[in-house]
Amino acid sequence: MSDNAQTPPGLRKPQAGGQVRGRRALTNAWRQRLEIIFFVAPALVLFAIFVVAPVLQAAHYSLFRWNGLGPMDNFVGLANYSRALQDTIFTGAVMHNLIIIVLSILIQLPLGLGIALLLNRDIWGRAIMRVIIFVPYVLAEVVAGVVWALLLQPNGAIDAMLGAIGLGGATQLWLGDPDIALLTVMVVLTWKYLGLAIILFLAGLQGVPAELSEAAQIDGASWWATQRRITIPLLGPTIRTWGFLSMVGALQLFDMVWILTKGGPANSTMTMATYLINQGTERSQYGYASAVAVLLFGISFVLAMLYQLLVLRRDIDSGAGPLPIKKVKR
Amino acid sequence: MSTSTTLPATTAPARTVRRRTARRSSPRPGAGVLTYGIALVVLGATLGPVVYAVLGGFRSNAQLVSDPVGLPSPWVTTNYTGVLTSPDFWRFALNSTIIALLTTIIVVVLGVMAAYPLARYRFKGREPLFLVFTLGLLFPLTVAIIPLFLMIRDLGLNNTVWGVALPQAAFALPITVVILRPFLMALPIELEEAAMLDGTSRIGFFWRILVPLSGPGLVTVGVLAFVASWNAYLLPLLVLNDPASQTLPLGVATFSTQYAQDTAGVLAFTSLAMIPALVFFLAMEKRIVNGLQGAVKG
Repeated sequence: MSDNAQTPPGLRKPQAGGQVRGRRALTNAWRQRLEIIFFVAPALVLFAIFVVAPVLQAAHYSLFRWNGLGPMDNFVGLANYSRALQDTIFTGAVMHNLIIIVLSILIQLPLGLGIALLLNRDIWGRAIMRVIIFVPYVLAEVVAGVVWALLLQPNGAIDAMLGAIGLGGATQLWLGDPDIALLTVMVVLTWKYLGLAIILFLAGLQGVPAELSEAAQIDGASWWATQRRITIPLLGPTIRTWGFLSMVGALQLFDMVWILTKGGPANSTMTMATYLINQGTERSQYGYASAVAVLLFGISFVLAMLYQLLVLRRDIDSGAGPLPIKKVKR
Repeated sequence: MSTSTTLPATTAPARTVRRRTARRSSPRPGAGVLTYGIALVVLGATLGPVVYAVLGGFRSNAQLVSDPVGLPSPWVTTNYTGVLTSPDFWRFALNSTIIALLTTIIVVVLGVMAAYPLARYRFKGREPLFLVFTLGLLFPLTVAIIPLFLMIRDLGLNNTVWGVALPQAAFALPITVVILRPFLMALPIELEEAAMLDGTSRIGFFWRILVPLSGPGLVTVGVLAFVASWNAYLLPLLVLNDPASQTLPLGVATFSTQYAQDTAGVLAFTSLAMIPALVFFLAMEKRIVNGLQGAVKG
């Protein structure tokens, strides 16, 4: 990194108003246009070809029954959509996605917040803790999934540990029992993504001025009261942003489920994305799978908008409220 | 990193209620036994699976069956040497590296080029153009995957690095532009004015001043793109069906189903697949965290 660029003498300010471009001639305007095109076009072309076009094509394919071979000429209108919405495997998958969103937030928010608040104190080895906590997040979902699948296999390490602490009777077919497979996947997801929540909350805590909690301490507030009344409310925006990221991620969940269960047993861990791939590439129902993709987008979009309206709206007028600081009388 | 045991769940937290000790003793309370207890449990649970995989690679399958959570005794190195001497592993790693580097280069170069006019030019249509990119954040790869997969097939790009790198770069563009734009906006206008007075063109300013000065921002978006590409699964799964062109995550998945009986071998393979990501992460930890935090604040 060459950070030794000379700071140019900023003393010569040609004209006020911050408008750099002296309006000289039309050629200047044209020149600027060409420059803009030169800079933006490559990114725009790549984006158009590989993002915009496939998204539009998905909407287009979804109106046809098509297995990818031969011409796409069997127009079926919205039949694919009604088929998906009547398919209990798909509606089950939507339910699973929603369950995962709710559980992610219910489990990771208190855990992540608690750990972040602890790590925000002066404890020994805090720096190394922060690095370690982030490790699962960096590993590929595939790698994490393969290790967890082995940990969870019958008579594997998890069962052995339960046996060692006298809970041998509690062992289950963690990934093989339709009643608990989704919860097992949830545990693995928590392990994988808790670190992200903690890191983001710690970042938010950096923005909470220390003077506030110090003042509260001086006023005799306990550590917990300080956290609850001052620190956590000030973390509000960070928490709400994390909630959004968490929700969007949960809606697109694919890798981990595909590795752990492929959506089984008995479709009990099927998510919208695993269903899409299952129908699309495994069974070559490209029209139907595209309809599922559009529904996945629609559901995500609606939830994102609702989240914006109901949750994030509060951050627009993000006055942190009156700060509870009393003047210390001498 | 010396965790003496691999039994995270057994180290029960000290559940004595000692919270009253560290209270109001000083303005910034230290931590009590409870805090350290919780911290240890968290660390154990976090590292447990990773340690299990690494140590499991040093054990024989017989050891793993008879005592799933023991330490290696004796230490067996054949699993690791077996993986390291197999050409497959190295080919997967090489493919992953090439694809991740290619994705990163494309994203960073095109991203900073696109972010420059969006940050520092005034023109009609600037905000709509920026909106086009930000709307891209709404469209995850999953939504486009079926047409994308068919398109790559029709272009003859399946089983090539381009078939994975180009779409990945395209889908990474929105977040890259969103992160870089404020970064470029923050560079003082005086720099530009001084450069213009000294007779630099805007293009010259871009290459000679803007790009060098935005180094940290470029590294951040580059690291994010690299890690995402390195760990990617869905797109490579559909595009790379030829084992010769596959990446590490695909290799891990294939190996773990092919040799399902050879748990020790799978653990060794998986551990080795973890190492590059972990090393890269430790080297770039600050950048990754900053990038994520920037994304949240921005």
